[in-house]
Amino acid sequence: MGYDLKMRVWRGDQSGGELGDYTVEVSEGEVVLDALHRVQATQAGDLAIRWNCKAGKCGSCSAEINGKPRLLCMTRLSDFEESETITVTPMRTFPVIRDLVTDVSYNYEKAKELPYFEPPPRDSDGKRRMAQIDVERGQEFRKCIECFLCQNTCHVVRDHEDNKPAFAGPRFFLRYAELDMHPLDTHDRRELAQGAAGLGMCNITKCCTEVCPEGIKITDNAIIPMKERVADKKFDPLVWLGSKIGIRNKDNDGRTEV
Amino acid sequence: MSEANDRHPMTGNRMSSDESGGMHGIEQHSYDVVVIGAGGAGLRAAIAAHDAGARTAIVCKSLLGKAHTVMAEGGIAAAMGNRWPEDNWEVHFRDTMRGGKMLNNWRMAQLHAQEAPERVMELEDWGALFDRTEDGLISQRDFGGHKYARLAHVGDRTGLEMIRTLQQRAVQLGIDVFMECTVTDLMKDDGKISGAFGYWRETGRFVMFEAPSVILATGGIGKSFKVTSNSWEYTGDGHALAMRAGASLINMEFVQFHPTGMVWPPSVKGLLVTESVRGDGGILKNSDGKRFMFDYIPDFFKAETADTEEEADRWYDDKKNNRRPPELLPRDEVARAINSEIKAGRGTPHGGIFLDIASRRSPEFIRKRLPSMYHQFKELADVDITAEPMEIGPTCHYVMGGVEVDADTQESAVTGLYAVGECSGGMHGSNRLGGNSLGDLLVFGKRAGEAATAYTSSLGDNRPRVDEADVTAAQQSALAPFEVEGGENPYTIQSDLQQSMNDLVGIIRTASELEQSLSEIEAFKVRAASMKVEGHRQYNPGWHLALDLRNMLIVSEAIAKAALARQESRGGHTRDDFPGPNAEWGTKNLVVNLTADGTGVDLTEKPLPVMPDELKKYFDAPPAATKEAGN
Repeated sequence: MGYDLKMRVWRGDQSGGELGDYTVEVSEGEVVLDALHRVQATQAGDLAIRWNCKAGKCGSCSAEINGKPRLLCMTRLSDFEESETITVTPMRTFPVIRDLVTDVSYNYEKAKELPYFEPPPRDSDGKRRMAQIDVERGQEFRKCIECFLCQNTCHVVRDHEDNKPAFAGPRFFLRYAELDMHPLDTHDRRELAQGAAGLGMCNITKCCTEVCPEGIKITDNAIIPMKERVADKKFDPLVWLGSKIGIRNKDNDGRTEV
Repeated sequence: MSEANDRHPMTGNRMSSDESGGMHGIEQHSYDVVVIGAGGAGLRAAIAAHDAGARTAIVCKSLLGKAHTVMAEGGIAAAMGNRWPEDNWEVHFRDTMRGGKMLNNWRMAQLHAQEAPERVMELEDWGALFDRTEDGLISQRDFGGHKYARLAHVGDRTGLEMIRTLQQRAVQLGIDVFMECTVTDLMKDDGKISGAFGYWRETGRFVMFEAPSVILATGGIGKSFKVTSNSWEYTGDGHALAMRAGASLINMEFVQFHPTGMVWPPSVKGLLVTESVRGDGGILKNSDGKRFMFDYIPDFFKAETADTEEEADRWYDDKKNNRRPPELLPRDEVARAINSEIKAGRGTPHGGIFLDIASRRSPEFIRKRLPSMYHQFKELADVDITAEPMEIGPTCHYVMGGVEVDADTQESAVTGLYAVGECSGGMHGSNRLGGNSLGDLLVFGKRAGEAATAYTSSLGDNRPRVDEADVTAAQQSALAPFEVEGGENPYTIQSDLQQSMNDLVGIIRTASELEQSLSEIEAFKVRAASMKVEGHRQYNPGWHLALDLRNMLIVSEAIAKAALARQESRGGHTRDDFPGPNAEWGTKNLVVNLTADGTGVDLTEKPLPVMPDELKKYFDAPPAATKEAGN
């Protein structure tokens, strides 16, 4: 059952660092985070790891395991051979703070730029009505646990630091799509998504979808539909003509552009 | 006071680039209201304070949006009447009081039942996407101890929806958030709160918040136990901060062991399995295949609980003519029953009990209603819950006890200090009903935010001041673990404490074990006084734990001491040596205070607040409002 696992864990800070070698006893059913916690408790008390729930629900323990963006708490050791050395490094797209902990403030800054939900007044009895089928599209996106693995893996920012100011990233395209598909929302954010959020920079390689621990179909269900909605508005010749000659543009479905 | 030039990369807040200038060179901020904790209660309190006009800051140990509220699964209990028009605040109030075995602060239970529906609607105004009824209203699901289907929910990830909604609202309002920043001391001036002192986890640098109002919203204490559904943050910080500031705790003997936590694999032992599994039709079976809960229906709930499997199964569709399944008794009853079955040798291979929904509902229904549970078992235990039963057992989940507060304002005995959510006490009495926690966070979060703002405003310019000597003391205290030569590492002490609390102050308690636990805690305190951390101050989890451990120890002592004193069994406190409830104990709370020298805790007894006659009527004969009624 139990065996000695060999691990290589990146240790360091902004000024640099290196992989440290650890051998730690692990047992059946454990995940990578268990092994790291044991290293922390017995060999390296100051090993910095960000984690909270250890249940795949909070999205804190994002890192790269053998180069793949994963949640430490949801990666089972049984996915690897017992003889295999597991290498754990911090997310590469964000600046490292210490060891496996990165500065993810990029995401919190982007969140501040997002437009918010703007509902109409409640119904006369003080309640709101929406059909289950209509809320389900947004609910898929709201499963997002903000682990930022999609942001980390997206090559638009992973390989191009200079794109960061102009690009909100997959996590926030989800938010745009969620608001756009909200049955009650009254705002039209397509210009914002294309302009301020940089939706057009995404070339749908689906890397974000592949790493999403919640299995959200980010590309197919959020980004592509958003791109289509933007394209309808910007490039549909009839819509273009209609707005040019002053016929009221109805493609905004009664929403107010922000 | 010096405002330095650097801005924190995460929050955009100003912070000092070095440790010179200002009060001891420490980064300083001044606010009207400082909220400690960014779970549901903290966020709701901050939003309310902001809306009331206060300059508000949220200070939280983790990143924004990661607080333990994300783990809440089942729903928010609120008598909105969307499924059962007969439901109203009076029925909810009665359920809450009965669930808490009448030890609740009646006024808090009343306010909660009355205000929860509007607090849920507010979340929807802010963008929450709840599951819907056929009529398009917010759906409501069945849960233990609630007479009607009453929990507003989003599949089995309601807590995530709630925290994300509140988080997005707080960001939209521009409230300042200090993330990964831990408060270690509260400051006072002439008996009144004047601020809060803490450190940035990222840099290890200190930070001082001057504020006349501080709202504690730090959650619970579960990390003092080995088997728990709680995350690392649950170290009783608010409980300990309040006691050290001179406030009292009540009901600390009442710790809720949730009946259904995962038992295998070991690495996830204790992880929560939502009560919704039972609310949606799941049943409990022992290793003989027997549906054993029918053997454990207490007299207190006999009249409203089904006594045959046939009646129990009919109830899901016809609540008018049938009584509730015993699997949906309040959590304390179910947890004790499971514990007894396991002790009697009728447990599963991994020492739990079977929770079976696979044989009762279709795979499609299960995946739709319980997606997180499906995912959790599939990913972490290789179990397909649509095809086979789960193995579950009790897990430390929630502390009913907390800071003693005024019901209407959530203010503690210390002027300017408020407590909301799990770190406050009284609302849930001796046992909390599922779904009442999320409602509690919202209802009292809002009330505290408004009360704290009103108090700060009333001061004008006459604010309490922070004493420099206190800041020096707080710094020295926080750095003490670095000064020790050759002491023990905090991880070992924490692990031993967790084992000890689990073994001696767990779900079933006796005097001898509680006495032993108190002497073990004394020994842990001695070991903790000389614990040592390695490395430096930058993002050092060993240091963080060393500071949290002080809180865990004092809170553990409060629990064990109160548990030893209460010589009866009631709700989340079960004494083997005093098996039944005792009428006299049912009239009083145990109040916990720090001893004069600050090294331990003292207990005093205090009579329960007296419920007015117009509310007492709900508990005499079956009142009109709670008669069985159809849909």
